[in-house]
Amino acid sequence: MMNEPPPIQFEDLHKSFGELEVLRGIDLSVATGEVICIIGPSGSGKSTLLRCVNLLEVPTSGRVLIEGIDITDPNCDVDEVREKIGMVFQQFNLFPHLTVLANLTIAQEKVLGRSSDEAVSVAEAMLTRVGLADKRDEYPIRLSGGQQQRVAIARSLCMNPDMMLFDEPTSALDPELIGEVLDVMRSLADEGMTMLVVTHEMGFAKQVADRVLFIDEGVIQEDGPPREVLENPKNKRTQQFLRAVEH
Amino acid sequence: MVAVVKSNRVRRAHRRRNVLIGGSVLLVVVLLALADWDTIQRNFFQEDIAREMFPEVITIAAKNTIIYTAAAFSFGLVLALVLALMKRSTIAPYRWFATAYIELFRALPALITILLVAFAVPLAFDVRIPGGTLGKGTLGLGIVAAAYMAETIRAGIEAVPRGQMEAARSLGMPKGTAMRYIILPQAFRIIIPPLTNELVLLIKDTSLLFIIGTTPVSKELTKFARDFMTSTQNATPLMVVAALYVIITLPLTFLVRQLEKKVGQGR
Repeated sequence: MMNEPPPIQFEDLHKSFGELEVLRGIDLSVATGEVICIIGPSGSGKSTLLRCVNLLEVPTSGRVLIEGIDITDPNCDVDEVREKIGMVFQQFNLFPHLTVLANLTIAQEKVLGRSSDEAVSVAEAMLTRVGLADKRDEYPIRLSGGQQQRVAIARSLCMNPDMMLFDEPTSALDPELIGEVLDVMRSLADEGMTMLVVTHEMGFAKQVADRVLFIDEGVIQEDGPPREVLENPKNKRTQQFLRAVEH
Repeated sequence: MVAVVKSNRVRRAHRRRNVLIGGSVLLVVVLLALADWDTIQRNFFQEDIAREMFPEVITIAAKNTIIYTAAAFSFGLVLALVLALMKRSTIAPYRWFATAYIELFRALPALITILLVAFAVPLAFDVRIPGGTLGKGTLGLGIVAAAYMAETIRAGIEAVPRGQMEAARSLGMPKGTAMRYIILPQAFRIIIPPLTNELVLLIKDTSLLFIIGTTPVSKELTKFARDFMTSTQNATPLMVVAALYVIITLPLTFLVRQLEKKVGQGR
């Protein structure tokens, strides 16, 4: 069998907002089925890095390759690539004017061209998966934060993504609701989903991640297995950060 | 000591309010007594004149007012949506055009725009606007209403959180699809109250269409009343259509409140 191209690959990625250079040369290759947690202080560029994967932020220079396709190429059909990349946001971003079920079916119908029946049956399967089958006819506003985030994950899964991006998925949640979301993410990781997770949940990173990246000042300061990066960091900045987080 | 001071102040305030109420009632009573009721009734509320206006004031005039309003609002809303999207376009000439349009037609009196559409443009370019009063009126009033509603719609679109577009795009939706199914439905919910306002204003602006020179079957309420006033030398027709304007507007306000309640479920 030929070598498959890696799901996500960055080549010398730079991103500036005006004068401010947020990413200063990121090189990274993510293997199929790999779960990578990205940690770092706020403003370090970790969310920007994640948002470059599906081009919610357009890099200033450098290349982003998704399954070998250069999505920074102007001729690339970005919409088609985005179907393969599920994304979960800090603020959930469910569509408030649609029921839970319609949140899950609308992109299946309008993007993948699935029939209404098919979309509904996929949606119901995914809702069952995240334990919210009974909420299909509710509006998002009636759900707790944890439930909303699980619906958001289910919405992404309906598109059969090859990989999932999580942008601080539990940062907007009350502490007692964090666990239910992390459980869903853990089961996804167990099934071999390729995942890129920006998080402050060190426990989750320790247990679930294959690799942990520590980002600060727009560069990857440390990259390795969780035990090395989190328990035995070589970099001074990583040490400082972890000491501060533990308090 | 403190309690005594306070109760004095309260008592003074009471007395002041009683004087005000008493004075107002007295003023109204005096005015009512002095008014020449015969003159008022003769000039404003003559039953036989009012009766003469029916049924045409309903079957023709009120009906036309409603039709002109509905047509101009529908046309204006579609045009406004196009303008709002142009104003947010990444293509600069689209933005310039939308801005110029909005500023121009907000600056012009509606009457000037109607005259331009109904007379000046057809004369200058030798075109005929089809549909008679309805065609010209829809075009003229719709063009004006679009200028106001475009800004409202744009504000509505911008009031939808950024994350909504991001979530839609990250599901693979192209920009247009996301706009249509995710952003616009939410934007319109937000702007139901100002759009209602525009609709109510439009009902009354249809009275400007008298300038197009309406035929007996295309008269709206105000023109109908004016013609009746001329022939009877009496103000009763004005009172009748005034009541009809209120009757048309009130249920509308009620209807929209119901609509707002119904679509408010999501948020």
